Amino acid sequence: MKHKTTQALGQSAYQQAALDALAKLSFKSMAGNPVMFVVLIGTLCTALITLQKLISGAAFGFELITTLVLLFTVWFANFAESVAEARGRGQAASLKSARKSLQARRINGDKEEMLVATGLAKGDRVKVLAGEYIPADGEIIQGVATVNESAVTGESAAVLREAGTDHSSVIGGTKLLSGEIVLLVANDPGHSFLDKMIGLVEGAKRQKTPNETALTVLLAALTLVFLLVVVTLVPMASFKGVALNITMLIALLVCLIPTTIGGLLPAIGIAGMNRALAANVVAKSGKAVEVAGDIDTLLLDKTGTITFGDRQATAFLNVQGVSEQALLNAAVLSSLQDPTPEGKSVIQLAEQKGFITPATPKDAEFLPFSPKTRVSGIKLGAGQCIKGASDAVKAWAGQHQLTWPHDADGLVRSVAQKGGTPLVVATETQVLGVIALSDVIKPRVAARFAKLRALGVRTVMVTGDNPVTASVIAAEAGVDDFIAEAKPEDKLALIREEQGKGRLVAMVGDGTNDAPALAQADVGLAMNSGTQAAKEAGNMVDLDSDPAKLLSVVEVGKQLLITRGALTTFSLANDVAKYFAILPAVFAGALPAIAALDFMQLHSPVSAVMSALIFNALIIPALIPLALKGIKLRPISAEKLLRNNMLVYGLGGLLLPFAAIKVLDLLISTLV
Amino acid sequence: MLDIFIICLLALGLAWPLGHYMTGIFSGQRHFTDTLFNPVERLIYKAIGVNPNLGMTWKSYGAAFLLSNLVLGILAFLLLKFQHLLPMNPDGIGPLSWDLALHTAVSFLTNTNQQHYSGQAQLSYLSQGFLIVTLQFVTPAMALAVCVAILRGMLGGRNKRSAAEGEARDLGNYYVDLVRGVLRLLIPLATIVALLLSWQGVPSSFEGAQKVQTLDPAAPIAQQQVPIGPVAAMVSIKQLGTNGGGWYGPNSSNPLENPTPVSNAIETIALVLVPMAVVFMAGGMLRRKSFSWMSLAAMGVLSVVFIAATVYSELQPNAAFAGQAMHGPNMEGKEVRFGPELSALWGTFTTQTSNGSVNAMHDSFNPIGGLMTRSGMLISAIWGGIGCGFVNFIVYVWIAVFLSGLMIGRTPEIFGRKIETREITLLGSLIVLPTLCVLVLTAITVAIPALTGNSNPGFHGISQVFYEYTSAFANNGSGFEGLGDNTPWWNVSCVIALLLGRYLPLFIPLVIAGRMAAKRVSPVGNGSLKLESPTFCITLVAVILILNFLSFLPAAVMGPIGEALELATISVEQ
Repeated sequence: MKHKTTQALGQSAYQQAALDALAKLSFKSMAGNPVMFVVLIGTLCTALITLQKLISGAAFGFELITTLVLLFTVWFANFAESVAEARGRGQAASLKSARKSLQARRINGDKEEMLVATGLAKGDRVKVLAGEYIPADGEIIQGVATVNESAVTGESAAVLREAGTDHSSVIGGTKLLSGEIVLLVANDPGHSFLDKMIGLVEGAKRQKTPNETALTVLLAALTLVFLLVVVTLVPMASFKGVALNITMLIALLVCLIPTTIGGLLPAIGIAGMNRALAANVVAKSGKAVEVAGDIDTLLLDKTGTITFGDRQATAFLNVQGVSEQALLNAAVLSSLQDPTPEGKSVIQLAEQKGFITPATPKDAEFLPFSPKTRVSGIKLGAGQCIKGASDAVKAWAGQHQLTWPHDADGLVRSVAQKGGTPLVVATETQVLGVIALSDVIKPRVAARFAKLRALGVRTVMVTGDNPVTASVIAAEAGVDDFIAEAKPEDKLALIREEQGKGRLVAMVGDGTNDAPALAQADVGLAMNSGTQAAKEAGNMVDLDSDPAKLLSVVEVGKQLLITRGALTTFSLANDVAKYFAILPAVFAGALPAIAALDFMQLHSPVSAVMSALIFNALIIPALIPLALKGIKLRPISAEKLLRNNMLVYGLGGLLLPFAAIKVLDLLISTLV
Repeated sequence: MLDIFIICLLALGLAWPLGHYMTGIFSGQRHFTDTLFNPVERLIYKAIGVNPNLGMTWKSYGAAFLLSNLVLGILAFLLLKFQHLLPMNPDGIGPLSWDLALHTAVSFLTNTNQQHYSGQAQLSYLSQGFLIVTLQFVTPAMALAVCVAILRGMLGGRNKRSAAEGEARDLGNYYVDLVRGVLRLLIPLATIVALLLSWQGVPSSFEGAQKVQTLDPAAPIAQQQVPIGPVAAMVSIKQLGTNGGGWYGPNSSNPLENPTPVSNAIETIALVLVPMAVVFMAGGMLRRKSFSWMSLAAMGVLSVVFIAATVYSELQPNAAFAGQAMHGPNMEGKEVRFGPELSALWGTFTTQTSNGSVNAMHDSFNPIGGLMTRSGMLISAIWGGIGCGFVNFIVYVWIAVFLSGLMIGRTPEIFGRKIETREITLLGSLIVLPTLCVLVLTAITVAIPALTGNSNPGFHGISQVFYEYTSAFANNGSGFEGLGDNTPWWNVSCVIALLLGRYLPLFIPLVIAGRMAAKRVSPVGNGSLKLESPTFCITLVAVILILNFLSFLPAAVMGPIGEALELATISVEQ
């Protein structure tokens, strides 16, 4: 958690949010939220009634307080939205500072010219030297460089970027630490990655997601129902010869319409994006985050996602007649100057087994891996220590007239059958044994897959390995299915096949050859370290370049919907108690028979209406933390999830207001 | 109390095989009834110029449904307006006024059978025996056809294997479904029930009114005219087709329409038989028996609670006797032959099923009973009218699926198809519609007392107006009575409620199902919502209750609840 976005807001930020919420108190800015729009109109009406009473000299205390409580209701709703927006703003500020006043060295024919970065257009070629800021997003077409991307990712360790590889893209605003590159500008000004991110975190370009729109329509329909209910009550009452108090009716209306969810709905959406951002994932739209919650199939590359990038030594198997110590000694010697991760892992494993690595002898000469011998090792005077694939070492042994131990082939086979890569170790005098190299599964991966499975998400591992190796890793990591010997284009075919079965598919990719699959997938998470093409094709970018991040995104998407659903249910269930508080109050005096409905035994009609209204207003700020954090997602079946949420937000929503209104009523009656 | 159990169990026991039979006739597969009915149906298709093999999309299916209703409606109006010029009128009955003719035509066209006329006195034999009976057979089959089409749509239509995503789906042929519903379902059933009723003594004749001597020689009239006619046939379809318009004004409380305890049991079972069978049929058509059981559980729980409350209510003394030495059940407006329990059972079933026939006056039910009958109509999905009841139920299911789907963290989907903004917009209009129609019409009517023709002031007056519009909107047709309802205002305003309450709640779900049918289907997995689970069933019941509670509590407080509380206060004072 490196970002300011995840930190609690300071006091000044809350003050700013409170002011922003005030600025949002206009018909124009609330037009997109039908529920709160009605409350705002109600507030205006009660304000006018208060004014009229004030002028005519009548008592106006009740009307004034009602107006104030209504005003607070609207303000609380706006406050929720402002707080959610403020959380993203911290990062936006640091991004903006990275964007300003960049200079670019544009290559124009054989000349170079300096200009302001905003003058660059898509397709321009730019030269960047060490120590300079990269002026725009683009693809390196020439050169190698290390880049500090901390302005964007928050990660200060330098990353390597190189032309013609899968790590060829750079982001504008980041700093070139070493090297010299020529860069092809990828965007016109104003459309850069940085611009998009700033827009997203500021919420300026926020559009309602499909599900949010659907829910808004439902809430509008319910609001209309309650409007009709309250308006038609007037003639029915006057048929009984009762004139109803308009202020009380407005109070009834505001209590009935789903203000809780209506007020928190925008905040829930923004908070969802923020949570993705807090995980260092930039979604290009809120829709992508929402869709992530619906994902049926996750397509995961084995390497880097499920296992660490490189194979590591996991066992030493000595042949008969050779001590383990001798094998360890030879294995370590052969790896002493081996720069590959595999070689380093051999030494690591030996040290774990208590072997003390000797200093490299002075006369040692490194025998690097060559296509001719296909073995690598070390030459110590006359002696040699090598390791390599079984067939290569067999050939080497033949050249050195060594006998091939009878059990060596068996050891080699047993390692291969378990999905490992066997390396045979030999000296100039004998063949000693086998080192098993295997994939090492990342910690906690299996647990995450289990959680996803409980939520109904299927995981498919894609690997270039042979089926035997693939099946071993698949079983160990707990994925549901795997594709072995996969070529890059197989991913696209697999996504299409899964989609043909009606499934929504998510995948992770970084290479240019992943781009078609990233575009085809319903959720395509591109690695920030990947190519520009991959980043353009995906609908999310992971700044940490951690493929396992996809799992977090799925969780954020699900949380988003659960929070909306639970708060809608809560809001509707609340209405029952509010009816029982307000209806008797509305008819009190005029129709005494109806007083029997007031089984909460509230103090007076005025205190009953006030208690319901105040509860209605206070529940919004009370639920802001929940809206921002999202309802906790636990790995249980859909049915259990529904049962839990119905119990807490349905039944709880039914009962809580009875108690709360009663308590508020007691407070009010003692205060007044 | 035992008779209530027997009637309910018999109804369920008969509905199960009947539902299976209905699945068979609508599935399009070969059926054992083919040899008998195929030749007749072919003749009918030829006569009306329909190609029975032609599949229809939701657009053409909906258009055929609306068009056939328009044609029938115009015919019905003309027949009623000019019945005095037409044959089969032995009693020389005159024409209906334009507004009464319009109301009557629309009322029967919408399978409501709300009567602002008095049956035997104002309609000729042609009008009653031909027009009304025809509509009573055809209109339930029309709604059933739409229901069947919606069920097909929920599984992707008949061409789901060949059609691409987004391509319009074949929901069946409207005319075939309609003809089969009448010919293979309602006519055979009605024949059986009519024979059973004739056996119990219900008249079955084409003669004119019988002139009989009054039993009491001291009575001011020496001779009495007793109208008879093909009563058994009409009563049987009145009950079976969730119609409710009786041959006689007092409906099934009249001894000629419902003479014996056995006939009462038969008629009560006939009230709920087909609506219950639709629940079983739905499971068959969706190839998900468990969906039937879930629906049965949701409807059953609500039905039993309503019956129990109504029976309890009617076993209490009439409020007018409060404080008096007399105890005993509320017998006002009830036949002594049936007593409070069987009247309450009928009253609950007839309002739940949008039937509307009565064997007691609902106006005279104690307030809780009145509230239960009204709630049954407002929900309109506890069994509900043939076809339309189950369609309403599906609408509630869609709404519950939307809420539950969110709560499990997926875009809500049913049978793998997502419920998105377009569907929610249409569902939203269905949520607003009952309040818009019932409450606004009630408000207008009570706001202008000159229009109401109300016999009761105060709570009961509001109650009557509210009931009348609820009954019209729910296409129920039962009356609270006590209203002078044959006036242009009542006739026209009820026509509005009737039309809105019939066509939008059938057409809009057809649109939703038709559109959803063409959507991409996601496979069911561990993370999908399970409809057939106790949790969802309880959620669904809660959604049904809360939506109606929130929409109609204030109106109920101004009506029956206020009345009950007022009566309670009075009895305490006494």
